[in-house]
Amino acid sequence: MSAETKKMYGILAEFNNPRELIDVSKKVVELGYDKFDTYSPFPIHGIDKAMKLEKSKLGWIVLGHGLLGFTAAISMMYFMSVIDYPLNISGKPFFNAPAWVPVTFELTILLSAFGAVFGMFFLNGLPRLNHPLFTIERFKRSTDDKFFVCIEAADSKFHADQVHEFFKEAGAAHIEEVYE
Amino acid sequence: MSKYQYVPEPALVKGDHDFASITHLVTDVNLRPTPKAWYLLMLPANALLGLLLASIGYLIWEGTGIWGLNNPVGWGWAIINFVWWVGIGHAGSLISAILFLFRQDWRTAINRFAEAMTIFAVMCALIFPGIHVGRIWVIYWVFPIPNQMGMWPNFNSPLLWDVFAVSTYFTVSLLFWYVGLVPDLATLRDKASDKIRQIGYGLFSLGWNGSNRHWWNYEKAYMILAGLATPLVLSVHTIVSFDFAVSVIPGWHTTIFPPYFVAGAIFSGFAMVLTLMIITRKVYGMEDIMTNDHMEKMNIIIMVTGSMVGFAYMMEFFIAWYSGVEYEKAIFILRATGPYAWAYWIMMACNVISPQFFWSKKLRTNVTFTFIISIVVNIGMWFERFVITVTSLANDYLPSSWDYYSPTIWDALTYIGTFGLFGTMFLLFLRFLPMIAIAEVKAVLPQADPHNYDEHGTYHAPVEEIPEHVTVAKPKNA
Repeated sequence: MSAETKKMYGILAEFNNPRELIDVSKKVVELGYDKFDTYSPFPIHGIDKAMKLEKSKLGWIVLGHGLLGFTAAISMMYFMSVIDYPLNISGKPFFNAPAWVPVTFELTILLSAFGAVFGMFFLNGLPRLNHPLFTIERFKRSTDDKFFVCIEAADSKFHADQVHEFFKEAGAAHIEEVYE
Repeated sequence: MSKYQYVPEPALVKGDHDFASITHLVTDVNLRPTPKAWYLLMLPANALLGLLLASIGYLIWEGTGIWGLNNPVGWGWAIINFVWWVGIGHAGSLISAILFLFRQDWRTAINRFAEAMTIFAVMCALIFPGIHVGRIWVIYWVFPIPNQMGMWPNFNSPLLWDVFAVSTYFTVSLLFWYVGLVPDLATLRDKASDKIRQIGYGLFSLGWNGSNRHWWNYEKAYMILAGLATPLVLSVHTIVSFDFAVSVIPGWHTTIFPPYFVAGAIFSGFAMVLTLMIITRKVYGMEDIMTNDHMEKMNIIIMVTGSMVGFAYMMEFFIAWYSGVEYEKAIFILRATGPYAWAYWIMMACNVISPQFFWSKKLRTNVTFTFIISIVVNIGMWFERFVITVTSLANDYLPSSWDYYSPTIWDALTYIGTFGLFGTMFLLFLRFLPMIAIAEVKAVLPQADPHNYDEHGTYHAPVEEIPEHVTVAKPKNA
């Protein structure tokens, strides 16, 4: 299948160090592209500001899960020890709040951790078995020592020639078109 | 001329490394053919694992009578080994969570390794409460699931709290470890040249591609997990100590137990990390990343927590006297002079005296010495749990019911067998997973900081700003 008949995903540019990646991200944002992403082997200090990323929503997901864990723990123990099968254990009250602290605490932490991990993968759209970028041999170094920017064809301002020109001016080490 | 010396912070990664060389150094261990020495180590580890399974099988067949438990001493090696292994696990969570919150960048070299140790240590620990119940086929009674009696677990019982604490701890540690592994598994996927590894690592890396939009959520998740794991790790050994402290046995019923157990756990865990690290970094040539500076910092933590433990021993004695309770006073005198005095003095020598050597800079930077002390500390911490568990039970309120406890061969074989489980898991980890957090180590290299590049994208190594009128100390371990 020739390149023309395939749908273009975007244009990928390779850079050599994190500073170049930050600089080019700033320019991409200035030019008004919003469907773009940068790829690096480790999180880069300050890239969030350069890319104008919004605050992650993960905190809210974790809070929701934490509250769920807390409520579930208290209701479970209340149902089991007060409603369903109350047992008199050395004359202690059925609703024995101090003794319920450890289990409530642990379940709150457990559910919050589930929220943090699965919420993070959910927000990132993972797991995902394939990605157009994985067709690019050079892109394998995005998890090793190279830094990439991809402006996606879905962006309303996307024109292949302009993007090529822009990356060339920005000093990309390599530019490549990505097809789905 | 000031009398103070300026001590430059040592570089976290030694040698002339860049991103690619770090990737190669770590992933090569997983990608090159299995070395023969690995099989040679796997053999005894598997043999011990078999021994563990055999002794568990015999225990289930015959019952807990095969152990040395007797009438006053109903808790023996099983609980000692459980507390010992859980305690060892605590160092991994401390390194990955608490040191992360304190922005201790040196943790990146050892956190993967230490977290793996945590998970395998907790596995070994979980075996004991599982098998010691006698009727293992009704072990599900500890969980709040409907059963034929229509009854629910007793939520007032510390043993039930333990079920929740340790299983939550295991789950959260595993999740934390896996989240850290995902970007590195992606690195392995991209480095692997054969189909099997590409598919295997590809599946477990969940399609990670290093997107900075992903890193943004990822870093948030990592920080939240560290924030959750910090109170969790402190709570786990606190709740383990409640198993003892909530009962009314002399020597157990004290409020000092939670902080004292947590300090002891960190103490023994760091020692175990050092034991493993000193061997592994030598075998796999990771001395550039796991440096002697790391060892020194860990030795300082061992010294601090060891001193806390020593202080707690003295405080227990003082409070026993100050409380005015006859039985409390008697048990502490019996610990030091009674039938188990030999165990007590092994504990004191290993836990109170041995960490004090680390006041000397020469000793705490000496690899062989550190290795010896790291083993001595874990022997001492095993005896601490022995002293706590056995002495209080063997000599409690009624002298007519006192008895001497000795383990049987099955106690010993089960304990030795857990090293087989630990060793097998650890060897599998070293073979198939990156033993160093690749992405995190890269992020603390000076090359990772965009400020160390000029506007043309040329790298300039950061220059340390030294205050005026201050002499500079010689770099550590130069």
